Amino acid sequence: MKTTTTINHDLKVSPSKLDTRSIELRKTIIRMLHASKRGHLGAAFSLVEIMRVLYDDVLRYDAKYPRWSQRDRSILSKGHGCLALYVMLADKGFFPKSELWKFCKSDGILGGHPEIQVPGVEASTGSLGHGLSIGVGFALNAKYEQADYRTFVIIGDGESNEGSIWEAAMCASKHRLINLTVIVDYNKHQSYSTTFEVQDLEPFANKWRSFGFAVKEVDGHNVDELRLAFSSVPFAPNKPSAIICHTVKGKGIEFTENNLKWHHKSRISDEDIQSLLAGLEGG
Amino acid sequence: MRKTCLNMVYELAKSDERIFFIGSDLGSGTLQQFKEEMPDRFFMEGISEANLIGMAAGLAMEGKIPYVNTIATFLTRRSFEQLVVDVCLHNVNVRLIGNGGGLVYAPLGPTHEAIEDLAIMRAIPNMTIVAPADADEMRRLMPLTVDYQGPIYIRLAKGYDPIVTTDEVPFEIGKAILMREGRDALIVTTGITLRIAQQAAARLSTEGIEVAVLHVPTIKPLDAGTILRYAAEVPVIVTIEEHTLIGGLGSAVAELIAEANFDPAKRFKRIGLPDSFPDQYGSQASLMERYAITTDNLLSVVLGLADRERGHTFAVSK
Repeated sequence: MKTTTTINHDLKVSPSKLDTRSIELRKTIIRMLHASKRGHLGAAFSLVEIMRVLYDDVLRYDAKYPRWSQRDRSILSKGHGCLALYVMLADKGFFPKSELWKFCKSDGILGGHPEIQVPGVEASTGSLGHGLSIGVGFALNAKYEQADYRTFVIIGDGESNEGSIWEAAMCASKHRLINLTVIVDYNKHQSYSTTFEVQDLEPFANKWRSFGFAVKEVDGHNVDELRLAFSSVPFAPNKPSAIICHTVKGKGIEFTENNLKWHHKSRISDEDIQSLLAGLEGG
Repeated sequence: MRKTCLNMVYELAKSDERIFFIGSDLGSGTLQQFKEEMPDRFFMEGISEANLIGMAAGLAMEGKIPYVNTIATFLTRRSFEQLVVDVCLHNVNVRLIGNGGGLVYAPLGPTHEAIEDLAIMRAIPNMTIVAPADADEMRRLMPLTVDYQGPIYIRLAKGYDPIVTTDEVPFEIGKAILMREGRDALIVTTGITLRIAQQAAARLSTEGIEVAVLHVPTIKPLDAGTILRYAAEVPVIVTIEEHTLIGGLGSAVAELIAEANFDPAKRFKRIGLPDSFPDQYGSQASLMERYAITTDNLLSVVLGLADRERGHTFAVSK
């Protein structure tokens, strides 16, 4: 595929090894795919460490009271990465794990994009370019109420093609929303090809800087780096923060990494599932 | 009407801290008092409708009641998907105030003429649509928008429109108001075409033709019960609106009448804008004239249908 020839850009991702927790979370995602026979595997696998660190170490929440007013708000604006969100929400007890095996099924609550009815989901997303504006609303409310909850919005690189992302970015910096953090899953791939080919975002970090954000770049699969970055926001006293996470689409299995065939996959067979499980790093 | 509407937002905000105002680069000095007295609930944002709607939805999800104001075409066309996903799918209490419903911005051309705003908004689940006929009615409507559940689109007319409503019937969102009784025909109208309907009915009355006028300030949810009740009593039904014939009040009433399967069938006609972009500048009034959204045309349409119904010809002096 063309993508393999255009991927020689500086990915800024160290070949970090996945630990047991990261592998187990991916296994759960694969089992969900087994149940539904479809899903956005690539987007979810590039997000696993981001979501894991958010829910394990950063966000304030009470899974028994998902609408607790003082919770931190986290919006998965790139809604197609929802498998990585669902496994964390189930892991934390927002809903029973049995729901995971009903992914995309008519008797389940978990669909191919997150919806507000799911405990722990803050906004229905799926159409790209919406979550950051909603997050601006959440953060403005916190500022008005002098509430100390924080808002984290996870967006994709392909999603950053949308003009509404940049409208929201201008608005966030105008209002000096230091309580707002944008987390970008920069896996350098979108549906058709690499971001470099479809719509180059570079100089990406400088774009965010020029829109008034304080920016850090991290290895999006390095749990320690993520933990450090997420827990040190805001990065500046009067700016919203952006964390560009350099990731690998489909991270964790050699044949899914940077392979657009696994961006979204339908009709996933039992053999596919076996290969995925067998292919997991250390799995 | 616009002035009344925005002043009401200010008045309501003074006694309700949930109310926020969000404008999109509106005219200098808009709601200056609001800005001065409640600066932390006054937002004049950039020309970025998509973001404004998403941001308003976010505030509403947190329990606030944002009133968003800009030109109706930008509100309905530019930010359509934000209205669908952020506002209506979440079913949150965002208030959308659209300036220049219909042909108000005639001199500015098709980019500013909201000829299909009602159709756009009607198609979205959970959306409520109101089009008051004058400033007095706007004054009665606005307090009801505070605690109403779900999003509301408020269609504004030009301003300084003649007062044609009274406070005899209390305003209720979702209720049609019978403005005039009559057994020979029924005119169903919304927004400022109420005046045209009243004028036509008055002239017909002098000739002994009694036409009922039903004002439908809430396009959605449509007061189907009231419309069908009065429709059942007459042989002729005509709708009139400052909107394309596709998807507005006329379409909504046509759907009701068709599915009611009246026997004998009703004679029915819609008056509104054709399925084309206005091809002239001028004024709201001149375009209304061009597209025959006028008292004279309404009169002749009612007469034409009534003639066929009765098998003879009425003569009404014009």
